[in-house]
Amino acid sequence: MSRPSALRIFVKTVIARAYPRTVGHARNWSWVVIEIVLPLIGTVAMVYVYRALRAPAEYTGFVVLGGTLLAFWQNIVFDMAGNFIWERGGSNLELFTVAPTTFTAILLGMALGGIFYTAQRAAAVLLVTSLLFQVHYRPAGIAPAVGLLALTLLALYALGMLLASLFLFFGRSAWHALDGMQEPVYFLSGFYFPVHSLGAYVAGAASIIPLTLGLDAIRQVLLPGTPVFLAPAWEAGLIALQIPAYLLSAQWALRMMERLARRDARLSMRWV
Amino acid sequence: MVASAISMPDLIQSAAVQTIALRRVYQSRRESVVALDGIDLSVARGEIFGVLGPNGAGKTTLIKILVTLLLPTSGQAFVDDLDVARDFQELRHRIAMVSGGENSGYGLMKTREHIWMFSQFYGLSSRVARARIDELMERLGLTEAADRYVSALSSGMRQKMNLIRGLVTDPRILFLDEPTVALDVGAARDVRREVRRWVQEDPTRTVILTTHYMNEADELCDRLAIVNHGRIVAQGTPPSLKQQVQQDVIVDLQLTLGRDLLTELRRVDGVTAATVTQQDGADRFSLLLADDGVLTSVLGIVAGSGREVLGLQKRDPSLEDAFVKLVGRGMAEEEAP
Repeated sequence: MSRPSALRIFVKTVIARAYPRTVGHARNWSWVVIEIVLPLIGTVAMVYVYRALRAPAEYTGFVVLGGTLLAFWQNIVFDMAGNFIWERGGSNLELFTVAPTTFTAILLGMALGGIFYTAQRAAAVLLVTSLLFQVHYRPAGIAPAVGLLALTLLALYALGMLLASLFLFFGRSAWHALDGMQEPVYFLSGFYFPVHSLGAYVAGAASIIPLTLGLDAIRQVLLPGTPVFLAPAWEAGLIALQIPAYLLSAQWALRMMERLARRDARLSMRWV
Repeated sequence: MVASAISMPDLIQSAAVQTIALRRVYQSRRESVVALDGIDLSVARGEIFGVLGPNGAGKTTLIKILVTLLLPTSGQAFVDDLDVARDFQELRHRIAMVSGGENSGYGLMKTREHIWMFSQFYGLSSRVARARIDELMERLGLTEAADRYVSALSSGMRQKMNLIRGLVTDPRILFLDEPTVALDVGAARDVRREVRRWVQEDPTRTVILTTHYMNEADELCDRLAIVNHGRIVAQGTPPSLKQQVQQDVIVDLQLTLGRDLLTELRRVDGVTAATVTQQDGADRFSLLLADDGVLTSVLGIVAGSGREVLGLQKRDPSLEDAFVKLVGRGMAEEEAP
């Protein structure tokens, strides 16, 4: 029997690893509450906070879009990068490693499998809160916003692969570090306010996370009156540069971390 | 997957696994532990080769190096003529690993889906994978559980599923790490029978098996290496290993419970090795004696201890006796501090 090509193994791995997440959602509907209802309540609560503070009306739109894109950030951190910890606990990581596939394909499968409910969560937050609070979007901005979203997601998932390499080597230590960084990331990425408010230096530093630039650009094209940090075209260009940079770094880091993990026995010691 | 440039006789002649002065040290901030200390091993194709040893002997470390999960600290290891450190990507096409008690997969997947998923990581066509899965499930009596959720499987079913996962990609060399641990007698027998059948089906297939079940090693393995403290203390076929205790007199002695006698009995001149296990409220000592005359001294010590003799019988040597003689303690016995 001839050896399957690397491309064939890659594609089959992506599909196979996406499969349990896809069927899992159909078999256990608790995700509707956890992934849709609870985040929806969080976003609604933030809108009411702004209203209670008598913030300008456009802040409602900022919160709605922030709440929508938050789903994708949480998907890459907890369901993709951080998932390597749970895969190790259940001995899946050992089996992934000894198979002739790549961690990139495994991670892509995890991401695609998870995007099903992430997209539903994002859509639910966007639709329900937009209708509930009557957010008005610029119709001409919808097509560019979709393009910006696609670009942002590509960069975000490439960053997710890079973060996964840290989990591969550092395990739970990386988990604790990233868990502790969640609130600072929410703050610096401007999930609930325009990143312009942070000033050029802080916003510039926060732009290392593609979501900071993507969210700001999407707000600018969809919501009139968004303060400008960088012009959307510049932000799109920077995100486009981040995609190959993060992808190449992730490839290199995954290979290096696997080698180090084999050296230091971190692929099989479950709770390091 | 047999490379077309290599003929079958050539393939059979080359070693399936070879290690040269293989050493692995686990280093932490506080200590360094030598798990393998100069392992030299050669396993021929078509063999079921057992690695036998007590907990912490280095069996699993050896397997993990051979399946490319761990790098050796020094020395070399070749599997299917490939260097495990350098050629690991190519090697991963040719091997599979199944560990006892492994908890792989996802609870919301069905048994058949679980095995299919792992087969895809090897690029197997779904059609071929499904046919092989059905065949192997039938052979291992798992067909009824094919559409059951993985989380609902018993440990025996789960281990059969794991074995099928290992076999479905048709590896050249299959690594089994304690494959029947915690299984009931029937499930363990099914697993062993399938392993034996799988090797007999194709003379280029090889199995490397770690176990601490003596009867499993005796029944299943063509050859064995006994490992202790990271070193191979003996190698050979099960009969040749038993031969090492052929000259000894082997006595099983059942005593009522009482003060510790094991240390005292091991000090008796002519007692080559001794172990004790508790069974049905009594101590069952297995003694390897240099000759019949030593029994008198043994019984003298027993009489002095105030313990009552419940049974005494001589028997033929077993692999366990050889193990005890070579390692100095029984498989389940904790090492003296």
